[in-house]
Amino acid sequence: MERVNQTLRRIPVWSIYLLGLLPLPWLFYLGLTGDLGPEPVKALEHEYGELALKLLVLVLAVTPLRRFLGLNLMKFRRALGVLCFAYVVAHLLVWLVLDVQIPSQILADIVKRPYITVGMVAFLLMLPLAATSNTVSVRRLGSGWRKLHRLTYPVAVLGAVHYVLLVKGFQIEPLVYLAMILLLLVLRLPISPPRSAIRARE
Amino acid sequence: MARRWTNTLTPEDVTPEAAFWNRRQIIAGMAGMGLASLAGPVRAAEGDLEPNSWDDVTSYCNFYEFGTGKSDPKTYAGRMTTSPWSVKIDGLVDKPGDYDFQQILGEMTIEERIYRFRCVEAWSMVVPWNGFELADLLNMAGVQEGAKYVAFETLYRPEEMPGTAYRVLDWPYREGLRLDEAMHPLTLMATGIFGKPLPNQNGAPLRLVVPWKYGFKSIKSIVRITLTDQEPPTSWNMANAREYGFYSNVNPNVDHPRWSQATERRIGSGMFASREPTLMFNGYEEEVASLYAGMDLTKQF
Repeated sequence: MERVNQTLRRIPVWSIYLLGLLPLPWLFYLGLTGDLGPEPVKALEHEYGELALKLLVLVLAVTPLRRFLGLNLMKFRRALGVLCFAYVVAHLLVWLVLDVQIPSQILADIVKRPYITVGMVAFLLMLPLAATSNTVSVRRLGSGWRKLHRLTYPVAVLGAVHYVLLVKGFQIEPLVYLAMILLLLVLRLPISPPRSAIRARE
Repeated sequence: MARRWTNTLTPEDVTPEAAFWNRRQIIAGMAGMGLASLAGPVRAAEGDLEPNSWDDVTSYCNFYEFGTGKSDPKTYAGRMTTSPWSVKIDGLVDKPGDYDFQQILGEMTIEERIYRFRCVEAWSMVVPWNGFELADLLNMAGVQEGAKYVAFETLYRPEEMPGTAYRVLDWPYREGLRLDEAMHPLTLMATGIFGKPLPNQNGAPLRLVVPWKYGFKSIKSIVRITLTDQEPPTSWNMANAREYGFYSNVNPNVDHPRWSQATERRIGSGMFASREPTLMFNGYEEEVASLYAGMDLTKQF
């Protein structure tokens, strides 16, 4: 595992940003060319949303992977989080601008439709996280930063619930996301190895 | 109920280039089926009733027996065996039995109907169907006194239907109509689109089309039709009665609990198209509103 970690350390963070951002314009382009099918708006909305969920799962996996497998992805965690936020913003913009379009209906949807309410709450909770995703904030907030960024946990659960609530009939995929996220949160409960051991490895 | 439906919705005189090939398909198809005479003089259509393209209609489908993704039916429905095919007609009919699909076709007159199609998910298309009135089929079987409803069932063949591995719905898919809805001249049994036989993903070889109701009422790949005196159980209503009523008439004033039904997205209109207002009874108010006179459509939705 040490060798893997050494190799990972050599990967520059900017390459993660670059790779992670590529699908955003690419999917939009596919929507324009008709390669997302005859209803590109819904498809794009779904693609961006699901990518955000996948990134959330990755972000939440960083700590358990280190704790239980010794795999160290800490260096990339901020990039994964910021990318996740970028896809949430893209998802929201597609919904606002291309899908619903009508301001009164947007407001009505946010208030009346639980899955949209849940999604909007998750988005609002992400705002302080995105705003403090810089080194200056980490320094300035000190231990408060760690506490603040535990908001990631409710964000992830709400994100998955948002998906579970919106599908028709009994569908497996959103439940798999919810289960993965809950599992990754349970793995954070204070079981062995103790926190001090992790600190020592840092 | 006595009059037959006369089709007034035809493609516009001047067809935009993009739809030109679809027109060609319709006309070629009708000629092939000996129906060219039905085309008649092309009338100017009301507004936007330009059919969607063949690709739109055949690649954006909800047929959960083949998966819940919109492109799943196109990908997997080819596995469904549609020949031989028979439809069991039973219950309160004079001549119950297993009717061979070819035998049914032999008895019916196929015509073209261009209908709006509105999905409960707030998207819509315009589809040029080929088919016959359900009333003709029911009359062939002889509806008995006392029949009040018609129940339909879709083929359930797990080895050919990968989507049924998951209990998204309680298979087989079931739908139902009140007898007067079933006998309405707008209610179609479709056997084709664009003058060609129905592709499997669109519900081959025989499906219902009830244009004033949400798309899920228009049950696909029908293997059984039962005349009954009781309101039959229907799949989406069984799955979630709060969201999907037995009637499920298109109604912009009654929202789905999870989304508005006031507007719709027209499939195939691209990334930047505006939403369009949804019409009462999907634009067929004049023809069908009387069926629901005196009913509170917010309660019996």
